[in-house]
Amino acid sequence: MTVASTTTNASEASNGSLLLTLMKLRTFIALFAVIAFFSVFAPNFLSTANLILMSKHVALNAFLAMGMTFVIITGGIDLSVGSIVGLCGMVAGGLILNGIDLQFGYTIYFNVFEVCLITLAVGIVIGAINGLLITKLNVAPFIATLGTLYVARGFALLSSDGQTFPNLVGKPELATTGFAFLGSGRLLGLPVSIWILIVVALAAAYVAKYTPIGRHIFAVGGNERAARISGIRVDRVKMFVYMFSGFCAAIVGLVISSELMASHPATGNSFELNAIAAAVLGGTSMSGGRGTIGGTIIGAFVIGILSDGLVMMGISSFWQMVIKGIVIIVAVVVDQAQRRLQQQVTLMQLAKNG
Amino acid sequence: MQPAQDDDCVLRLEDVTKVYSGIVAVRHANLALRRGAVNVLVGENGAGKSTLMRIIAGVEKPSLGRILLDGNEVEFHSPADAQRHGIGMVFQELNLFGNLSVAENIFATREVTRGLRGIDHRAQVDKANNFLDRLDAGIDAETLVEDLPIGQQQLVEIAKAISLDTRILILDEPTSALSAAEVDVLFKVIRELKAQGVAIVYISHRLEELMRIGDYITVLRDGQITGHAMVRDIDTKWIVRSMIGSDAKDFAKSVDHRLGEEVFRAEDICLPRRTGGLAVDHVSISVRAGEVLGIYGLMGAGRSEFFECVIGQHRHSTGRVHVGGVDISDCDTSDRIRRGLAMIPEDRQREGLVQALSIASNLTLASLERFLRFGFHIVGEKERAAIKAAIGDLSIKAPNPDFEVTSMSGGNQQKVVIGKALMTRPKVLMMDEPSRGIDVGAKADVFRTMRRLAGEGLAILFSTSDLEEVMALSDRIAVMSNGRLVTVIDRAEATEEMIVTASAEGHKTTREHA
Repeated sequence: MTVASTTTNASEASNGSLLLTLMKLRTFIALFAVIAFFSVFAPNFLSTANLILMSKHVALNAFLAMGMTFVIITGGIDLSVGSIVGLCGMVAGGLILNGIDLQFGYTIYFNVFEVCLITLAVGIVIGAINGLLITKLNVAPFIATLGTLYVARGFALLSSDGQTFPNLVGKPELATTGFAFLGSGRLLGLPVSIWILIVVALAAAYVAKYTPIGRHIFAVGGNERAARISGIRVDRVKMFVYMFSGFCAAIVGLVISSELMASHPATGNSFELNAIAAAVLGGTSMSGGRGTIGGTIIGAFVIGILSDGLVMMGISSFWQMVIKGIVIIVAVVVDQAQRRLQQQVTLMQLAKNG
Repeated sequence: MQPAQDDDCVLRLEDVTKVYSGIVAVRHANLALRRGAVNVLVGENGAGKSTLMRIIAGVEKPSLGRILLDGNEVEFHSPADAQRHGIGMVFQELNLFGNLSVAENIFATREVTRGLRGIDHRAQVDKANNFLDRLDAGIDAETLVEDLPIGQQQLVEIAKAISLDTRILILDEPTSALSAAEVDVLFKVIRELKAQGVAIVYISHRLEELMRIGDYITVLRDGQITGHAMVRDIDTKWIVRSMIGSDAKDFAKSVDHRLGEEVFRAEDICLPRRTGGLAVDHVSISVRAGEVLGIYGLMGAGRSEFFECVIGQHRHSTGRVHVGGVDISDCDTSDRIRRGLAMIPEDRQREGLVQALSIASNLTLASLERFLRFGFHIVGEKERAAIKAAIGDLSIKAPNPDFEVTSMSGGNQQKVVIGKALMTRPKVLMMDEPSRGIDVGAKADVFRTMRRLAGEGLAILFSTSDLEEVMALSDRIAVMSNGRLVTVIDRAEATEEMIVTASAEGHKTTREHA
């Protein structure tokens, strides 16, 4: 009798944990589902050329989504990343094409490496401004970054009077050539932007898991007051996440300008929404405290493959929007269900042990 | 404890018992509330006062027993139900909407409407002003509640209660946040209501106040009524005796050990209150290594605020803090913890734990520096070993340290918060109400840990509003009242009465209203 009842309990428990495991792997499952679906229904989907092209698309969103993930884990939001992409593209393009005019007859030109560093610095500085507004002036993250969204976009348009900086090949005598390497160069058969993504993603995942600042990011998002009393410098943690988000956006600005060999001030419009969607799809909780870099990358792939695949199938872009929206909503609903189930399973295990 | 038989009894509880999952909060209580009188209820925290009042106000239903209103048996299904019978309650934590006006608060859920034309704001304001005038409150019904000082907010709550034609008004610790002048106003209002025949139930810890305003007094201990008398027949000694009884609870035996050097000194700590005045009023105190200093005080005495100032959570606080002879007044919280200060906050859920993180991550949250290689890499083995040691040391019942911290009982969660503080290897540990909201067994564990740590040379400051606790655990007892440090007494010389009297010191009023 005892034996029988224990076995039923055990099988119930394992049912619960099986379902839980499935739900935890939901982003993976979604990824395999979209890949399987499009391999069957979209012609040429699995060709190497297409896969590489798609991953280049995905990489752009994945950069932004990683920065966004840290921000969301601290309980904030960064709406300005799309505009930072635009402004940083214009900074890179402007420096390569025109240099800095010193007003008394001289113009400073930087080599490509320096241009990249300056552009990244611009992204980080805008992130720092976001951070200062949020920590020192107590502006709500939504409002602070909404403000910088407009300001950054405005400066991007002002920088060229709304025009595109075309043909960024540079001049050999100024050492400004070679900008194309970032966007269209290859190493060991993979595009350079993918390599950069791999490096940044590994670094971000390492920071999240094995460093104090990573642990602090989660603590601040989980319970800011407890974090403060535990001696965590909450303001520094927040500065870090917004600066990292700005850094990621600057990378995207560089990569896009390099791919197109031109900088357009409207680049990056509404990119922030895709980044938020990827983070949420990857299991990041909008209320803070939960999320992973790995999940976010997979989320970015799901969204990217979905939109590219639908394009290849010739489905209208209007329907694409509907489908993307539904996927995001389903992801969040499943996320909530998983959390409830998780609690139940934990309680059951406690009851069994105790 | 005979239920009074006089006919001016408006409400009577007969043999009421209330049981929560396994815990008996109130057992076989008989209570009679008299019309036109102030019925005082006293008892320690957890004695069952609030439960009893929640039964009367319809928030809880009694498990056993009857409620008689004007001699007829009644049953309240909800607070609204009780309100219809003329019972109003002002809770200890105010239930007001700060973003709405006074009038809107008073008429919340029963707005004065004009059919389809919506709320008649003018009528509401006029009516509200009427009630406020009756209280002589000097509040304009159109001001936002959040703009009022806390004492006036309390008056708004009372106005709200009497606007319901209340015959029985329950006031749960109404003076805990009031200044002496505001208490005077409140007492005047109570006297007026009394004259109008309202039965008032008054719950408070401040004995001096009870003696001033009360007519009848009922004392509760461990869910039972242990004394009932006319206030004019008794004195504070009687109250303390009935409150504490003779049977002592289980406390860890204090171990005699030699005290070391002074390791903690706070000088002139001040913290301004947002509504004016000082929440912490020039508090200076020092503690030696191995010493346990108990800080006794009522709610709002400024104990938590004092701790928060010391740990560096209030930018506007002034005064100096020394740990181990080093002045750390200019450090932020992070550096103060590094210099050997640690704090265990009162509110575990809001300030102690990060609920989304695991038991393990919560434990090491404040001490990650200890496990680093190259200054940034957390070494997994080191961290896990420390976690295992902490779980063993504090006898935390954690089946798996990677589970979320919320999967444990309150007592074990409290041990995690203590463990987190201890892992920073502090010299001085501040514990704000360490026994709040945990069961008896966990309490005993926590107390034992405190004595053990003191034996190992840690200086401990802990705050409590439990008399027995402060008497049993401390080497010295400090009493705070209304932000001031009233007195510091050696345990050998301290008596319960001294402590209780001192804890009301800061609220002494200078003049008496007629």
